[in-house]
Amino acid sequence: MAQKTYAGVTVDFNEEGYFTNPSQWTKEIALEIAKEEGLVLTGQHFAIMEFLRNKFLAGEALSIRSINHSGVIDVKTFYQLFPGAPLKKATKIAGIPKPVSCI
Amino acid sequence: MSTEQNYAIKKVNLICAKGAIEDVYATLVMGNGAVMEGLETNIFFTFFGLDAIVKTRMDKLHTGVVGNPALRLPGGLRMPSLLGIIPGMEAFTSWMMMGQMAKLDIPPVSEFMDLITAGGGKIYACKLAMDMFKFKKEDLSEHVSGILTIGEFYAHAGGEGSQIIFT
Repeated sequence: MAQKTYAGVTVDFNEEGYFTNPSQWTKEIALEIAKEEGLVLTGQHFAIMEFLRNKFLAGEALSIRSINHSGVIDVKTFYQLFPGAPLKKATKIAGIPKPVSCI
Repeated sequence: MSTEQNYAIKKVNLICAKGAIEDVYATLVMGNGAVMEGLETNIFFTFFGLDAIVKTRMDKLHTGVVGNPALRLPGGLRMPSLLGIIPGMEAFTSWMMMGQMAKLDIPPVSEFMDLITAGGGKIYACKLAMDMFKFKKEDLSEHVSGILTIGEFYAHAGGEGSQIIFT
């Protein structure tokens, strides 16, 4: 386990760079992690991250398909907002564990 | 870690030549998984696999109930091949399988293709199989980027860290 300081807060990470304690997450921290990933977060980013966080905190599995049912954005926009591997990137910035879903 | 990075898969090229539910879904799960990982993804449908990209057939795939020794009844007993010839058994089994997959949030074929293409994955049809089954371009779903000869497919499949996978 590693620790790193973002926005003046010490955050615990696992070896893959995901939060081990989602309650440490704040929007300020997200902005700084996103900057490391080369992203500038907008309201749309935060809206979908809030959806992912709520789903995770409710104990539901995260899948790429669920984004289409989020009512926030569609999958295509999701890929544009978090280019590359969006579900992995978005959960990393949203301070929740890496999804274990295959879909 | 460094050796892992040196040999990382960067591009995935899948070939689907069969049209049963399990054949097509194996391809789509692997294809969508590649897109989700940010890998360049091409999926090539040929022979009976074409059913997965023909508009009127893609969401009506079946699974084989005769000569499928891995097929089991609810409870785990093997399903005798002879039961498979009962009218409606194939449709019923296929419906059961789709239901089980839906529970795991696995989408119908057309929606799966929406997800793959939304992430930049490309879907192709085999020219030879199209000619053989007498399909026209209009018969194919709008997810299909093009109709390729095998030579053109290989040209698309090239590159460092690229893999061709025949499902």
